[in-house]
Amino acid sequence: MKLEVINSPFSEEQVKQLNEVLANLTSQQKIWLTGYLSATASLQGIEAQKEISFNTAPVASSPTAVKQITILYASQTGTAQGLAKKYGEQLRNLGFEVSVSSMNDFKTNALKKLDHLLIVASTHGEGDPPDNAIAFHSFLYGKRAPKLEHVKYAVLALGDSSYEYFCKTGKDFDEQLEKLGAKRIVERIDCDLDFDEPAAKWFELVKEKLKEDGAVQELYKEEAAPTVAAPTTEYSRKNPFHAEILEKINLNGRGSNKETIHLEISLENSGLSYEPGDSLAIYPTNNENLVASLISALGFEEQAKINVGDISLSLKEALTDLLEITVLSKPLMEKIAQFTTNKEFQELLLNKEALKQFIHGRDLLDVVEAFGPFSWDPQSFVNLLRKLPARQYSISSSQSAYPDEVHVTIGAVRYEVDNRQRLGVCSTYVADQLEIGDKIRVYVQHNPNFKLPEDDKPIIMIGPGTGVAPFRSFIQEREERGAQGKSWLFFGDQHFVTDFLYQTEWQGWLKNGVLTKLDVAFSRDRDEKVYVQHKMQEHAAEIYEWLEQGAVVYVCGDKDNMADDVQNTLLDIISQQGNKSQQEAQEYLENLQKQKRYQRDVY
Amino acid sequence: MVGKIVLPPQEGKPSDVEEIKAESNYLRGSLAETMQEELSSGIPDWDNRLMKFHGSYLQDDRDQRLERERKRLEPAYQFMVRVRMPGGVATPKQWLKLDELSDKYGNQSFKITTRQTIQFHGILKWNMKKHMQELNSVLFDTIAACGDVNRNVMCNANPYQSNLHQEIFELSSKISEHLLPRTNAYYEIWLDKEKVVDTQEEQEPIYGSLYLPRKFKIGMAIPPANDTDVFSQDIGLIAVVENNELIGFNVAIGGGMGMTHGDTATYPQLARLIGYISKDKVVDVCEKIMTVQRDYGNRSVRKNARFKYTVDRLGLENVKKEIENRLGYEFEEARPYEFKHTGDRYGWIKGEDGKYHFTLFIQNGRVKDFDNYPLKTALREIALIHKGEFRFTGNQNVVIANVGSRSKKAIDEIIQKYHLTDSDNYSALRRNSIACVALPTCGLAMAEAERYLPSLLEKIEAIIDDNGLHDQDITIRMSGCPNGCSRAAMGEIGFIGKGPGKYNLYLGASHTGSRLNKIYKENIGEEEILASLRPIIEHYAKERLDGEHFGDFVIRTEYVEAVTDGRYFHNRA
Repeated sequence: MKLEVINSPFSEEQVKQLNEVLANLTSQQKIWLTGYLSATASLQGIEAQKEISFNTAPVASSPTAVKQITILYASQTGTAQGLAKKYGEQLRNLGFEVSVSSMNDFKTNALKKLDHLLIVASTHGEGDPPDNAIAFHSFLYGKRAPKLEHVKYAVLALGDSSYEYFCKTGKDFDEQLEKLGAKRIVERIDCDLDFDEPAAKWFELVKEKLKEDGAVQELYKEEAAPTVAAPTTEYSRKNPFHAEILEKINLNGRGSNKETIHLEISLENSGLSYEPGDSLAIYPTNNENLVASLISALGFEEQAKINVGDISLSLKEALTDLLEITVLSKPLMEKIAQFTTNKEFQELLLNKEALKQFIHGRDLLDVVEAFGPFSWDPQSFVNLLRKLPARQYSISSSQSAYPDEVHVTIGAVRYEVDNRQRLGVCSTYVADQLEIGDKIRVYVQHNPNFKLPEDDKPIIMIGPGTGVAPFRSFIQEREERGAQGKSWLFFGDQHFVTDFLYQTEWQGWLKNGVLTKLDVAFSRDRDEKVYVQHKMQEHAAEIYEWLEQGAVVYVCGDKDNMADDVQNTLLDIISQQGNKSQQEAQEYLENLQKQKRYQRDVY
Repeated sequence: MVGKIVLPPQEGKPSDVEEIKAESNYLRGSLAETMQEELSSGIPDWDNRLMKFHGSYLQDDRDQRLERERKRLEPAYQFMVRVRMPGGVATPKQWLKLDELSDKYGNQSFKITTRQTIQFHGILKWNMKKHMQELNSVLFDTIAACGDVNRNVMCNANPYQSNLHQEIFELSSKISEHLLPRTNAYYEIWLDKEKVVDTQEEQEPIYGSLYLPRKFKIGMAIPPANDTDVFSQDIGLIAVVENNELIGFNVAIGGGMGMTHGDTATYPQLARLIGYISKDKVVDVCEKIMTVQRDYGNRSVRKNARFKYTVDRLGLENVKKEIENRLGYEFEEARPYEFKHTGDRYGWIKGEDGKYHFTLFIQNGRVKDFDNYPLKTALREIALIHKGEFRFTGNQNVVIANVGSRSKKAIDEIIQKYHLTDSDNYSALRRNSIACVALPTCGLAMAEAERYLPSLLEKIEAIIDDNGLHDQDITIRMSGCPNGCSRAAMGEIGFIGKGPGKYNLYLGASHTGSRLNKIYKENIGEEEILASLRPIIEHYAKERLDGEHFGDFVIRTEYVEAVTDGRYFHNRA
């Protein structure tokens, strides 16, 4: 019998090579080879062999050729983790041996045994690694990082191009692995918020390379496909659920500087499920007035026909529903540069600091108004723009308490730049445009890195402002479950009277014991400004006691100031109360992080 | 060593407030702790009961109640703080502090009460201590401004008889100081004074540990002006003047305004004369009268606890005898007197001592900067240059008193600049109007008062003007509930709130404050109020006798029956 593609698990290339080799072998050599292959296969694990032996394919070639694939993710909100798990599953179905884990859970001494390494890394804020990647990131950059010449790797970077350090964490890993001697098998791809296509492209390339290295059976791929493909009824980023708004309340009292919208959204018949700590993504539309001003400044017709991808529609529709017009980024500015000879604009592009300053808080209308004339037409203009991404909000309800609902808590963003009021796209879409009964497009973004521990574990929740949202979900969940673990909330905002979000609910939970302790800090009620970290410091001894009892610490909310202040306070508390040096306190906290006892959802 | 006060036994279980007082350790309760508690801007009810003795109580912005409930916010709790100001006299320096504090911690305004003091609204819990301390820095306190104790002692603000005013003001201060609770609680809680443990100072030589069964009010008047509504007081002191000199007082006891809708066992009552005393005895007489109420007032049912019910229950003569027993001497026979009015006389007046006094009409007693009428600013400017004093009147007005002739010019310039005399053009009806605070801050209010009366007046004024009565003094008073802070039961036209937009309409009180009014229409809205008043006002314009007041007219023409005793207030013909 001659080997052919149709009667074997081999590719055409392999069939050709094998046939060439087999043709030159004696019978004895063939028998020896059979024995050799069987023996090595059994070393790989009898289980694997058994499974394979049920298959129609006579011999599973992958065990011999395939290498161990390690997929590590650096994930803050769960997107990178979701992709990593999905890729792991697909590769496993292709017959590879795959392990998927967060960078935190990966033991660095296993680096020496690494074979193929795939990294999916998101970037957090100003180019920082996500919490679950900080330690691994610094290890690779540290003195103890080993040579990795034996490793083949590929990096998929996730980010948001409106940030200056776009995809920096992914870039870091890519560069550092190369420095350590590892071999890149596929060029890194940097994905913007609309990551599906570039990420899929990257994974296709990775698969091709792995197959070349590891001889993958096409047969498995076909079998595997159905289990990976999403069921058509599943609502997702690509296919958001049109959800009805059941309730909309501005939680802030009269006279507040803040406007925090509490939305109750129906998930009835959606099949969507979530856990405390997950986020709800909402697709907004752009503000009509802003769109009108932009089109008018561009000198285009609102009804001009253009194409976005395969869709043909009016310019107004495209700018309202599909494309992002409120966020500027360096790449976007560079693309715009092709359409203007404006000197000031070209100068701005060359001055990094000035560019950064200009981009901050400004939108496309500013550019169009300031730096004309432009040579674009409606189509070439829209071609520059990225898709309007969904905005994610921490879910503030528990599905155990509200089986058919999801609640979110959204702070309306409004500020003024150059005498024009700027509106946060999604927050003011929710605050100004939506009414009870309206429908919005949503999907659930799971966040495995912000999860309640076992019911008996104490939890410390630090969530000023809208950062309190997931903790409402936590406490609702614990109430439903009758969880016995202690809980402690630190909340803060500007004014007690107007800004104590969900005040009566917390008071109720404190009374019925679901919430054990509550401390609040209001910064603008008294002469001296009081923030959550001050309240933490006041209770330093007790916080440390809780930590020693195994408490899990959660921080949610403002990234720019609060998260650092809170972290430094935690370090202070650990070092003071535990009589530890700064270094030891740092290690204590890192250890907490490794044990998933220090979880952050900051934005 | 002061003897411990033992109250005679009473029937019935003591009310909850009696228990709170008993356990309060002389008005301390757990206030020091609950004021520190950070998770609510309110305090528990039992502490709020004690808070009243400290001149304050917890309120909330009722306009926002439902809205806030939906927002998951507790009620917009805030404290009302009432200053103790015997005789209603404040120095310019004190005025400036009131002005400053209303901006700093309050709701940018303050309210002149119907008891010659001022109260702040909207003070938040965490500002309370600072607020109290700043008041203290200008020698104001708020002790006993509310609660079951003797309240702010009122005295005539009449600017004519300036020499008499000084004397009567000093007497009102003396009475106030004498009847002030002696507990150190106020100083500990608000002024950070050291805690006094078990010393004699801790005892209350006059009150005892349970204080009074209910609030207690004392007021003095100098005829012919009855601007303190002397008969509405638990003790009314009517000055007797001979040869332009104060010699003593006619004493009336057992007045009070409060009642409960639908409970005829509760009623407003006027104080009744029990005799005359010379002025040197007045402090002692007040003390002894008060101790009779301390011992015999109803401590079981709070709505029957005021002195008026004690007097009516025991009989006026018996109470008088008991007072005389305690005094060790008898009252002399009451001297003749005549009251002519209860209102204030506006504008500049030159007193007998040659000083000038300007009485300024302040609608509903609200001092704030209104749109197009920066009243508070104007008064602040006056306070900055004024060298005399400010006097608050029982009609919620203010007298810029004791102005020298040179200062008069400067103050008059400010008065002109801010058009403070525009109120001269108001109808006499409006200038004789009083409204309590009611909504949104008062927890007792059933209907609007201060926020509604001005617009209702506008509509009644149209009728008044049509009938040529623009300058006819008629007292008109509105209370948001039957507790009677505006003394509505003594208005020639009185409104007492029943529900949102609904009032009982009362008619027929005397213009001089010597007769209660009577219900004319029950539970009516604005349309019916106007429809009811129009024909009576028309009738009055046509057929009133010479000098006949509106309140007397409606009785003569039998719109209502005269109320000769509070006990008949609810009787219907």
